[in-house]
Amino acid sequence: MKKIYSRIEAIAGNVITVHAGGVRNGELAVVRSAHGSSLAEVIRLYEQKVSLQVFAGSRGISTGDRVRFLGHPMRVSFSADLLGRIFDGSGRPRDRGPELDENMIEIGGPAVNPAQRIIPRNMIRTNIPMIDLFNSLVESQKLPVFSVSGEPYNPLLARIALQAEVDLIILGGMGLKHDDYLYFRETLEKGGALNRTVFFVHTASDPIVECLLVPDIALAVAEGFALQGRKVLVLLSDMTNFADALKEIAITMEQVPSNRGYPGDLYSQLAARYEKAVDFSGAGSITILGVTTMPGDDVTHPVPDNTGYITEGQYYLKNGRIEPFGSLSRLKQLVNSKTRADHRALMDSMITLYAAFKESLEKKAMGFKMTDWDRKLLKYGVIFEREMMDLSVNIPLEAALDNGWRILASCFSPEETRLRSELLRKYWPSREGGAD
Amino acid sequence: MTKGRVVGINGNMVTVEVAGDVTMNEVAYVSCAGKKLKSEVIRIRGRLAEMQVFEMSRGIGVGDEVEFTAELLSVRLGPGLLAQVYDGLQNPLPELAAQCGFFLERGVYLSPLDEKKEWPFTPAAKPGDTVTAGDALGTVPEGIFSHRIMVPFQFREPLRVERIVPAGSYRILDTIAELSDEKGNRFPVTMTFTWPVKRPVTCYRERLRPIEPLVTQIRIIDTFIPIARGGTYCIPGPFGAGKTVLQQVTSRNADVDIVIIAACGERAGEVVETLREFPKLADPRTGRMLMERTIIICNTSSMPVAAREASVYTAITLAEYYRQMGLHILLLADSTSRWAQALREMSGRLEEIPGEEAFPAYLESVIAAFYERAGLVRLRDKGTGSITIGGTVSPAGGNFDEPVTQSTLKVVGAFHGLSRERSDARKYPAIHPLESWSKYPGLIHAAGTEYARDILFRGNEASQMMKVVGEEGTSLEDYELYLKSEFIDSVYLQQDSYDPVDAAVPTERQRHVFRLLFTVLISRFDFHTKEMARFFFNQLRQKFLDYNGSPWRSDDFTRYEDEIRAFLETKRSGEDEEGGRILKQLGGESEGNPS
Repeated sequence: MKKIYSRIEAIAGNVITVHAGGVRNGELAVVRSAHGSSLAEVIRLYEQKVSLQVFAGSRGISTGDRVRFLGHPMRVSFSADLLGRIFDGSGRPRDRGPELDENMIEIGGPAVNPAQRIIPRNMIRTNIPMIDLFNSLVESQKLPVFSVSGEPYNPLLARIALQAEVDLIILGGMGLKHDDYLYFRETLEKGGALNRTVFFVHTASDPIVECLLVPDIALAVAEGFALQGRKVLVLLSDMTNFADALKEIAITMEQVPSNRGYPGDLYSQLAARYEKAVDFSGAGSITILGVTTMPGDDVTHPVPDNTGYITEGQYYLKNGRIEPFGSLSRLKQLVNSKTRADHRALMDSMITLYAAFKESLEKKAMGFKMTDWDRKLLKYGVIFEREMMDLSVNIPLEAALDNGWRILASCFSPEETRLRSELLRKYWPSREGGAD
Repeated sequence: MTKGRVVGINGNMVTVEVAGDVTMNEVAYVSCAGKKLKSEVIRIRGRLAEMQVFEMSRGIGVGDEVEFTAELLSVRLGPGLLAQVYDGLQNPLPELAAQCGFFLERGVYLSPLDEKKEWPFTPAAKPGDTVTAGDALGTVPEGIFSHRIMVPFQFREPLRVERIVPAGSYRILDTIAELSDEKGNRFPVTMTFTWPVKRPVTCYRERLRPIEPLVTQIRIIDTFIPIARGGTYCIPGPFGAGKTVLQQVTSRNADVDIVIIAACGERAGEVVETLREFPKLADPRTGRMLMERTIIICNTSSMPVAAREASVYTAITLAEYYRQMGLHILLLADSTSRWAQALREMSGRLEEIPGEEAFPAYLESVIAAFYERAGLVRLRDKGTGSITIGGTVSPAGGNFDEPVTQSTLKVVGAFHGLSRERSDARKYPAIHPLESWSKYPGLIHAAGTEYARDILFRGNEASQMMKVVGEEGTSLEDYELYLKSEFIDSVYLQQDSYDPVDAAVPTERQRHVFRLLFTVLISRFDFHTKEMARFFFNQLRQKFLDYNGSPWRSDDFTRYEDEIRAFLETKRSGEDEEGGRILKQLGGESEGNPS
């Protein structure tokens, strides 16, 4: 039986310090106070001095409260019973269901050996043209949605969760508004996806330390399922809150801040989570889609900046649409050659023309003379935004490709699209006169 | 052996109370749950040594035993390093996977070299010879190279060869020679020895100035911002600007013997592409597999941070070892910012006084010392060998004013700055032609590149002006300049790394194509309108792109070149005199068509 310590020496922020022996780094403890009990994790040791971060926060903890070390690091129960359940950041049920304590696995485990990874090869269809056609999501990809607060990023995530071709969805909510949490639950329930979903939700009103645990706990469970051969999609919303929680703890621990108050290891901390995305050779996969809200729409803010270096591209959500510029899926080249012969060429052509439309728009705004070509582009841009970029468009990739050709044909002559002649012969809608 | 006990743990830093002597940067092992975790001493204060643990520190407790090894962090050198995939501490990753499965298990350290493999050894020294550090005792064939078995670099004094084995098959741990010093001490020598990673190998006669271009077959680099064998260069750029693709393309096509890739704190996915593709890719230089002349050191972003620093040193030490054999090595480090961040993390834990953006004050000297390990050297046998270092930098927010970029720029010989603007416009490689610079001589006569650069510069000014006053407010002369600069950009600076021909342009072809481009640049035209000028350059560009895509000296190549020249004549009214003189200097083969 483990000893109980009843003398807390210091309390600062959410970190308490006790005098104890035989404690190991990362070990878990229970702190029992007048206001209930909470888990705490050892984050620093010096001789007999043990610093712990208290998951439920230190408010109401007295220096006379009792601390009991459990002798193991943070763990989560892993079994098929998790499906359809909702938990908080430290793994306690928030859906009035039973507590699970079978088959406990450690969270925040070691990295995957790079020699055991394989090159991603499968596309995940979402039925959103801006994703499927222009920035295909690839199995085992890690991709954030860069967004200004106020954009509909949670509805976008919920829709991807419902429509993506995956076996399981694990939702990690960090600092989620309670309304958003309810929205996710209801949407997935209505869409009939609840029984293949596990929720780990930390809402904005929950203790901040629990926010730090959400990605680790969600990814540990995802890893368990992936090793069983399942295709798992992990949704994390919002990683900026996670980074802010890191900042808060780092400053409490009197660490030297590096950039805008964030700790120097922000990159490593984010990478440790995002790098859990993997396609195991001979087993399942983990795909991570996160949300990174950009304070002040500033992509050079430390959180989106570090995230951008870690992830394989990003979706850039602006004015309720996924922007074609700024959005990038690094892995799309690995899959979009295998979908349909016209996919890549059409994607390039439509984006180039849309870029030209933006230029014409600028010229028009500055009062320069509009040529015939400019007028064609202006027409095209409007249709493109309505039929491709609008998030309410919900069609499979093939339909989106066909529609792309229709849009081009309604605005341009075949040679103006700069597409190769053989593609034009095959796909150019015949109503408009067929091939050159 | 000195021992100690753990008294404090903070992240991956462990404080140890030591009984006995301890050396700075010494390797020690922390015992934790039956495993021994490798660590390095990074500060000593009284009886307390602070160490960085190269593994996850979870589970370490106060009182845990620590064993010091009295050895500095070292790598094992010997035949069999090529084609290997190591982590930052020279653990072979495929073997580790075979033993531990999907995940990296901590505390497992495997031999970096195959100790059972037999190598056919041919002696080069004979009893009675006087040898010293770095001299060849014999050779074994390793892939396409003759791998020199050298006197270990530790023996700086002249030694006498007492005994050497005859030609035959030996394993790396077999004694192949016995050496003796003046006092009569005898030293058995095997085919392998270790060397501390943070100490440069200096067993050469002299360092030479790097002046010979290192051909990367990337036009914008070789022509405008060249790198030299034995030189250094850096590639800073915001995320998504194509740093990694550029590194990959360089690793395939650069004209060097051996490429060492240090994937330091970057995405695992990128290493995987190299890992899975290189063994299948034919080497354009030798016809063998690319992997046979490549070493990959990978410490990706989710692997333990302390080993990130070790990984760049491991890589450079392996490079120095092969340089001693008279080979030319290219070391690509992606990315040095992650290594600097690892330094920053540790500095924070040590509670050092932070410098700019919390990077430690010694950041600059550490970066400088690393790049200074590059160089072209004359060896003791009069041959030469070189190490070229190309490091990517990932500046926070894409802003080049940050400390890592600035410290790097001070010590490198070439700067390839990637621009977000160019990558957004899908102009690859996204190296900014006007902001980047190089101190090395290139493939093309400097007068020619200066002339072209001037057109790029003035064309860019004209285009800026045009954004304000519109096309109608621009003079025809400026407009032509703008079209010429765009022409250089689209047919010469941009290069399609996915096109089988355009992906790699050898020296001869670059010189040839540059002369043709130059002929266009110095031409005077009589256009009447801007539409006419634009139409002409559009047509010319299309022909030139087809020309770039046709195999060297093929029928298509000749035909396109003839077409370009003929088309040029339709509008050409003369040429710039100064340009004409420079064209003659560009010289080489005659003005006429290729055979």
